[in-house]
Amino acid sequence: MPLDSRQASDKIDLLIPSLSCAGCMRKVEGKLVDAVGVLSARVNLTNRRVAVRFDPALTDAEVLIDMLGKIGYPARPLSRTDRNDPMAKQSRELLLRVGVSGFAAMNVMLLSIGVWSGADAAMRDLLHWASALIALPAMAYAGTPFFTSAWRALRAGSLNMDVPISLAIFLSAGNSVFETAMSGQHAYFDAGIMLIFFLLVGRYIEQMTRARARSSASELLAMTGRTTMRVFTNGDRQKIATADLMPGMQVAIAPGERIPADGRVVAGASDLDRSLITGESLPARAQPGTEVNAGTLNLSAEIIVEVTKAGDESLLAEIAGLVGAAERGRSRHDQLAERAAKLYAPSVHVLAALAFAGWLWVTGDGRLSIQISVAVLIITCPCALALAVPTVHTVATSRLFRGGIFLKDGGALERLCEVDTIVFDKTGTLTDGRPRLVDPLPDDHPAWPMIAALARASRHPYATALSEAASERGIVTADVQDITEIPGKGIVATLNDTEILLGRPSWVGASSGQVAFSLPDSDVVHSFSFAQSLRPQAAEVCETLRAKGYDLYILSGDHPDAVAEIAEATNIPKAKAELTPQAKHDFLKDLSAQGRSVLMVGDGLNDSPALAAAHVSMSPGSAADTTQSVSDIVFTGASLYPVLTALDVAATATRRARESIGIATLYNVIAVPVAVLGFVTPLIAALAMSGSSIVVTLNALRQRTLS
Amino acid sequence: MTILGALIPISVALGAFGLAAFVWCIRSGQFDDLEGDQHRALFDDD
Repeated sequence: MPLDSRQASDKIDLLIPSLSCAGCMRKVEGKLVDAVGVLSARVNLTNRRVAVRFDPALTDAEVLIDMLGKIGYPARPLSRTDRNDPMAKQSRELLLRVGVSGFAAMNVMLLSIGVWSGADAAMRDLLHWASALIALPAMAYAGTPFFTSAWRALRAGSLNMDVPISLAIFLSAGNSVFETAMSGQHAYFDAGIMLIFFLLVGRYIEQMTRARARSSASELLAMTGRTTMRVFTNGDRQKIATADLMPGMQVAIAPGERIPADGRVVAGASDLDRSLITGESLPARAQPGTEVNAGTLNLSAEIIVEVTKAGDESLLAEIAGLVGAAERGRSRHDQLAERAAKLYAPSVHVLAALAFAGWLWVTGDGRLSIQISVAVLIITCPCALALAVPTVHTVATSRLFRGGIFLKDGGALERLCEVDTIVFDKTGTLTDGRPRLVDPLPDDHPAWPMIAALARASRHPYATALSEAASERGIVTADVQDITEIPGKGIVATLNDTEILLGRPSWVGASSGQVAFSLPDSDVVHSFSFAQSLRPQAAEVCETLRAKGYDLYILSGDHPDAVAEIAEATNIPKAKAELTPQAKHDFLKDLSAQGRSVLMVGDGLNDSPALAAAHVSMSPGSAADTTQSVSDIVFTGASLYPVLTALDVAATATRRARESIGIATLYNVIAVPVAVLGFVTPLIAALAMSGSSIVVTLNALRQRTLS
Repeated sequence: MTILGALIPISVALGAFGLAAFVWCIRSGQFDDLEGDQHRALFDDD
């Protein structure tokens, strides 16, 4: 849209984690552009951000964030450090190098065709010089990442993949210039520059996969800078940064807010949802004197909390510390490609050196010996190896992405493949964390409109379940007045001057159920009971997993009865209840000490140490931010099906990666003896290199069709 | 064969032109969101 440059404008970048499809992109952009004061809005689907330009006089960031939240896209502003992302710059630079090397490779190849088709000596020299003119500057520019990495490794006294690569580039360039100057027959400019091109393509693909993982990490950074309402002793209130909280301060927590630090309730009474911290599925009462933990959600009424432990000392920080320790303790998994590289670099150097020494000894011709050892270095160069794993991971990642599964680390695919035991958390993972009404009244029952009206006024999970049940039945809420929520008891209101109640059975005057409704004046009482609702397909997914031979466990912080109910519903007999975060973590450690590879699936903060201790970890998108940051994989949607999908995709991907590495090895087994025996001409080197790279890439793409 | 003296520079110049266009594309951010742009092509308005 046209932008008037005289108009004052402000720019903000928002992160929208749930942005994952074209439809979302359109909805978000459309909503923003139609809003008052917004000049332009552009979504970047790759890293789930939207850049908005707006007129600060007409609107501000909070209004926009609020608006997006209402249409189902919770957004967070990005911090300044995120915005000047050094990785984005690196990615552009890498693409530029791919472009330069691609341009040079194509042109040099064109000239080489002239040489191969049998140009006479003078023409060959001319073509070689033209090739040198294009290839040398391109090699110097595009090859820089390999040279610097190799130099760094050499200075640290080690070998990495980039050492043989750099050596091959340097030797082939030097040797080719020498041959050209001596009017020789073979120059390797084409092979050298093509090598760089293929390797850079592999690296670029890898970087794109990592860009997605990075956007999940940014979500964490965006969390800092939240505010809290501080209450002074004289009753004054002021918004302060959560990071500035000190023990002794008092803060007001409105219903719907999370408590920012550990503390004690000093005024007010409410119900607290502790599920994220402890895994308990039902709310706990809070009244003056109750100890509360950071991260607890306040449900029914405002409470004033005196902070006892803030920042580094709170339970939240303790859990974070446990997570850190577990992550450091996780034995570094040696990835397939790294293991291949470790074998690769030394053997290539030895081979090239042997070829040189052998030919020098047999023929005594130094020039020929160098040429042959350069041919060995070029032909063994790991184009196929460098492409094998990144291409497989990219295809797998995009398959997962389409299924709403976000992979934060390509290595997780390999680890996922080794899993033999799966541990589930209960609340929020196997169940969706919300109770479900099991004994509803008939749809046309006259009490429904009143129940719906009362239930809608509370955030208590039972009330939410009732209110959802009412809206499923299309109940129109009754017009009630004076709705009051009495924390720990229930909701009271009046309808035509009659009092109506919804709440605890004992308070309402009922003898059964978990919630009851009553009209005290006319002795009408209805009671309701609730059950935990499993995630859709949870039972089938568990059944399939068991059939595939995985050993399943449930670890929960909830009460034994609630755990037993779910253990039965999912048919997982190995269930443990009332576990602390530490106990969950220890259980995982024990399993891995027995030599098991464990996949942990959990959503709560209390799961995060266990998630970090597991071989691989998954979290639903509804999980706490800290939990998501610990997990290797985050999945969206209500169903538990992504667990199966991820395991399947990982199995295929790892099989493809192994095959690709196998193909690359087979290629070397055939090509190396040919090179050592001196049969490799620049034409053969070029064909072999592109041939193996293409085969490996096609093999990676095979994953798409096989699902 | 003297024609090659002209053809080689011409082909290199054409290649360089393509490269310059590519560099411009990168600089102007056209490669920043490949994921989003593939869908954006299908939107009818804006």
